[in-house]
Amino acid sequence: MSRDIDIVWQHRDVLLDGFMRTVLLTTITTIAAILTGAILATLMQSRFRLLFSIIQIFVDTMRCIPFLLFAYLLYYGLPAFGIRMSSWSTGLLALIVYSSAYVTEILRGAWASLPRDSIEAGEAFGFSRFNLFRHIVLAPLLFATAPLIGNQIIQIVKDSAFLMVITVPELTYAATYVQSTYFTPFAAFIAALVLYWCLTMLVETVVAFIDRRAVIRR
Amino acid sequence: MNPVSQQPDDPVLSVHGISKSFGAHQVLDDIDLNVHRGETVCLLGPSGSGKSTLLRCVNWLDPPDAGTILLAGQRVGLRPGGNHRMSDRELAKIRTRIGMVFQHFALWPHLTVMENVMAGPRYVQRRPPSEVRDEAIALLGKVGLAEKANVYPARLSGGQKQRVGIARALAMQPSLLLFDEPTSALDPELVGEVLDVMRGLVAEGMTMLVVTHEMAFAREAADRIVFMDHGRIVETNDPEQFFSAPATERVRQFLARYSSETIGKIRRRSAR
Repeated sequence: MSRDIDIVWQHRDVLLDGFMRTVLLTTITTIAAILTGAILATLMQSRFRLLFSIIQIFVDTMRCIPFLLFAYLLYYGLPAFGIRMSSWSTGLLALIVYSSAYVTEILRGAWASLPRDSIEAGEAFGFSRFNLFRHIVLAPLLFATAPLIGNQIIQIVKDSAFLMVITVPELTYAATYVQSTYFTPFAAFIAALVLYWCLTMLVETVVAFIDRRAVIRR
Repeated sequence: MNPVSQQPDDPVLSVHGISKSFGAHQVLDDIDLNVHRGETVCLLGPSGSGKSTLLRCVNWLDPPDAGTILLAGQRVGLRPGGNHRMSDRELAKIRTRIGMVFQHFALWPHLTVMENVMAGPRYVQRRPPSEVRDEAIALLGKVGLAEKANVYPARLSGGQKQRVGIARALAMQPSLLLFDEPTSALDPELVGEVLDVMRGLVAEGMTMLVVTHEMAFAREAADRIVFMDHGRIVETNDPEQFFSAPATERVRQFLARYSSETIGKIRRRSAR
């Protein structure tokens, strides 16, 4: 056992490298998914019902398929349409598209239950649609959804592990590499597990911090 | 700003032939109403008589089905000379000149008291921040909340929230101020502080249209009382006449019920 730990420790750079990629995947996906989700949720407020339906179909489709399958689909499917991307780009794209659907649904649901009267006050004061969103809707929306978005970020962390199957060298990939090369399954996976745990705790802490600040602003 | 030639005697607000239905239920039926510069008009009437809807038609929060609304001679909601709706941008522009105070305050919960007052002038009127800040400080002083400038609305009492609501509306320097039952959501002991602020505005000559159930306030502060029932204006009268010698039987009934309720309340209170 201690031999195993030694081996994992000797190859800590491989694991840390994978860990940093997981952090990077999560960070980029989180930012992109919140932006995309905010745009899609805003478009769903539009008077054009067709736009609403199209986005709704996208959201429902993503929520109905397993992420692993979706990653495979992009990895093997896109080249069939002549679109060639690195496994890293494909994996990142899959994570962003998939998570955006969830974030859209979270924001749309919270938007519908925001207090109607303070938005109406914004309209009565002559806020343009953009300014209404920017100054009146956005902050309450993010404060209201902070815990749900936090959960979603943790989901992104865990979904990113699936990307090993399309050879994205993230943390699970790195752990698998170490264990299969040096046959140290237990120690390598435990190390990966601890690193995942640290990352999700970090997310939890940040979300709890935002949530505390949100309480007096609701 | 005001392309239509405006005579000094022209009303600030002119409502003509406004009707509005929600489904099969007709809420407003051919309403005519003028409010002149510096005038305070109180809208009284039983619950469900259409008072609040009329107020919300004035700034097009509830678009009327028929009729016209003129703010200082300029149409609200519809483009001049037709029945085409204004664009959102055109509507927003004219709305900046109509201040509104809401029954449930409708403050922006994520902004401090100060930011609530500054938001409209900053983001809608795009006036310079330093000027807006100075004015906001002055307005908060005026409603007696200077020391609450950096507090979030959740930390305020109802009366304080509503005074912020008034300061927020005043910050837009509106030519007309609408009050939608500003004291109805307040604990009885907090009503006075809000009415005091409103009395101050009356004294300054603000042009106000007030939906209220505060009879004493209407009697002392209004220039004119408009009484509504079932979506129609039943009586328009000056306050003294209205309360001492109403012209219609309907108002007499309303006042009789109101005063018996008030007396009942006082009796119950003193019995405790």
